[in-house]
Amino acid sequence: MNTEILGIILMYAAVLLMAIPLGRYMGKVFSNDKTWLDTIFNPLDKLFYKISGIDSSKQMNWKQHLMALLSINFIWFLLTMFILTNMSWLPLNPDSNPSMSGDLAFNTAVSFITNTNLQHYSGETGLSYLGQLILMLWQFISASCGIAIAAVVFFAMKERTTDKLGNFYFLFVRTSTRILFPIALVVALLLVFNGTPMTFEGKDTITNLQGDTVQVSRGPVAAFVAIKQLGTNGGGFFGPNSAHPLENPSYFTNIIETISIFLIPIAMIFALGFVLKRKKLAWTIFGVMTIGFLLLLVPTVINEMNGNPAISKMGIAQPMGSMEGKEVRFGSAASAYWAINTTVTSNGSVNAMHDSLTPLSGMNTLLGMMINCFYGGVGVGFLNFYIFIILAVFISGLMVGRTPEFLGKKIEAKEMKIAMIIALLHPFLILVSTAIASHLYASNPEVYAGWLNNPGYHGFSEMLYEFTSSSANNGSGFEGLGDNTPFWNIACGIVMLLARYLPIIGPVAIAGILANKKFIPESAGTLKTDTATFGLMVFAVIAIVAALSFFPALVLGPIAEYFSIY
Amino acid sequence: MKENIFPAIRLTLVCLLFFSGVYTLIVLGVAQFSAKNGKGETITHNEKKYYVNIGQQFTNDAYFYSRPSAVNYNAAGAGGSNKGPSNPDYLATVQARIDTFLVHNPGVSKTDIPSDIVTASGGGLDPHISVQAANVQVKRIAKIRGIAEGNLQQLIITNTEKPLLGILGTERINVLKINIALDNLK
Repeated sequence: MNTEILGIILMYAAVLLMAIPLGRYMGKVFSNDKTWLDTIFNPLDKLFYKISGIDSSKQMNWKQHLMALLSINFIWFLLTMFILTNMSWLPLNPDSNPSMSGDLAFNTAVSFITNTNLQHYSGETGLSYLGQLILMLWQFISASCGIAIAAVVFFAMKERTTDKLGNFYFLFVRTSTRILFPIALVVALLLVFNGTPMTFEGKDTITNLQGDTVQVSRGPVAAFVAIKQLGTNGGGFFGPNSAHPLENPSYFTNIIETISIFLIPIAMIFALGFVLKRKKLAWTIFGVMTIGFLLLLVPTVINEMNGNPAISKMGIAQPMGSMEGKEVRFGSAASAYWAINTTVTSNGSVNAMHDSLTPLSGMNTLLGMMINCFYGGVGVGFLNFYIFIILAVFISGLMVGRTPEFLGKKIEAKEMKIAMIIALLHPFLILVSTAIASHLYASNPEVYAGWLNNPGYHGFSEMLYEFTSSSANNGSGFEGLGDNTPFWNIACGIVMLLARYLPIIGPVAIAGILANKKFIPESAGTLKTDTATFGLMVFAVIAIVAALSFFPALVLGPIAEYFSIY
Repeated sequence: MKENIFPAIRLTLVCLLFFSGVYTLIVLGVAQFSAKNGKGETITHNEKKYYVNIGQQFTNDAYFYSRPSAVNYNAAGAGGSNKGPSNPDYLATVQARIDTFLVHNPGVSKTDIPSDIVTASGGGLDPHISVQAANVQVKRIAKIRGIAEGNLQQLIITNTEKPLLGILGTERINVLKINIALDNLK
């Protein structure tokens, strides 16, 4: 069998084998059950609470959880703005890189606290090492924020009536220290011993074998790359992200980094099963997500391995597939695999340039972000899926003439309104902002000539991709877009803010309201939510709400481009 | 609001200390035990230092070419071309690279040219080419250097990096390593 295909099968199998025990461990961490790491982490966590003046045993209702989350995120925003606009005189700046402009700092600060990691700068020239370390902090704790709040929703789904849903700080600190920190450490050390640099020295100057003099940027890369992959962050240390040979030096490091994309998003589903003691529900959710993932993955791998038809017409061979924007050490199968992994999970790191993907592969990466819940970002991926479950329960209930109930709680008008607003927010943000950008460009193409690196349909896809990535809190890009301008910095910043916090507030509110309702024990009249039939319903809802609302935009971009070269 | 803001500030500072500080220092500390102390893997040839993983520009006909690069192998500002598959300017560039390649490699049939040698990589620093991209350059190098083609083919075989464990991923050739070996042939 083809060695490139074997490589991606191995990567998926390895993720699944690790995600199940990790999910069990995460469930224990959320529920405060004993684990073998307690001896190290109990004292450490106590220290965190003590210094912060936090009573980690205080129970919070859903509103208190949200207030705690929003307050701490606001502090992060202020701190990042300060550091990014003052890097030039602050320490750890061996390459003397400048401070950021106000609009770029706004975009970058929002991007990193919202777990998006959209980058309108290049790491080599746009950040000092202090800037990199501060952004790395958000890569840890914005991810923990998402996971902690998803755990709150898990608690709310239990079979009881309560408004007490655990303590936000408790879940947040435990997720950071007991889940992200140890795994990131293992990944970082694997990278260090396989060629990824970890140093605070600045650029090195060397003379090539041929006699040209070039500079080589370095830095504390290994520590950064590990958590960027694990926390579905995706912001690269260097401009080209994991396509850069120092961020991702070999096929082995590529396996490690690819596994790190999926590991926690998949483990999260199994953690749900363990916390609720509903393994069958977890497997149903996992099944729907996996089918969606495969439907995007398989055509992408085939398209990339077959190569670009416009290049085939020139009469040369494409034994490795479409190689523009790809690295020989990974090949097109592993690059296509990464591209779908990173877009379905809101990670957004890349090991090949998405702008140069063949048209339908580009469309599948867009679809991954438009649906945004096939595994999804750490924590928030499940919250997005939760919205689709609520919609599916309601629609199925109407179809079979039963009261819509989910896990023993009645779903009524208020919850449905919230769910619909959140489900429609994502297409609204993407389509409206792309329409505004397209209008600006079309009405004055000379002024905005610097925006697009490619003409025609593909140029439209570049703008569509940027806003889709912002709204999905993904962070990857069709990087040909000239995006470091006030328009793109501010517009994407606003989209990222709305698309991060509203889809957290909505599901938490629904779950909180449901938790407070009377629990109705399961009877013969209950609609079962852990069956294949219900899985199919959820899939249909996703296809109708998420995919179809984007279809017209996809026709104008990647689909039109497909027909122009095939 | 107030009950949240002060704990939030203090918790943020503890996290800063732990994740940006302690975590980074642990990785940095362990990196001191890795090859080249975490400063990037290098090889030395004729008393000059080269980064193994950072590709170099090779345009000289006496060396194996490396892939085209959108940033001319400048590792202080890496990047790809970000050209879309249907972009007419981009396709014209690829066509021009094919034509140039054929001029410099007389006797090579167009159908033997693999696409990786005429397309730019994602990071612009790709240290590798495919085995086929090395084979297609043998005739030219043999002629210029006056080496038998068989010796060059042998060189390619010894410099081929196999898929991981023999079964995972691609076969490839590190251009810097094979060119150093080429200089050592004499």
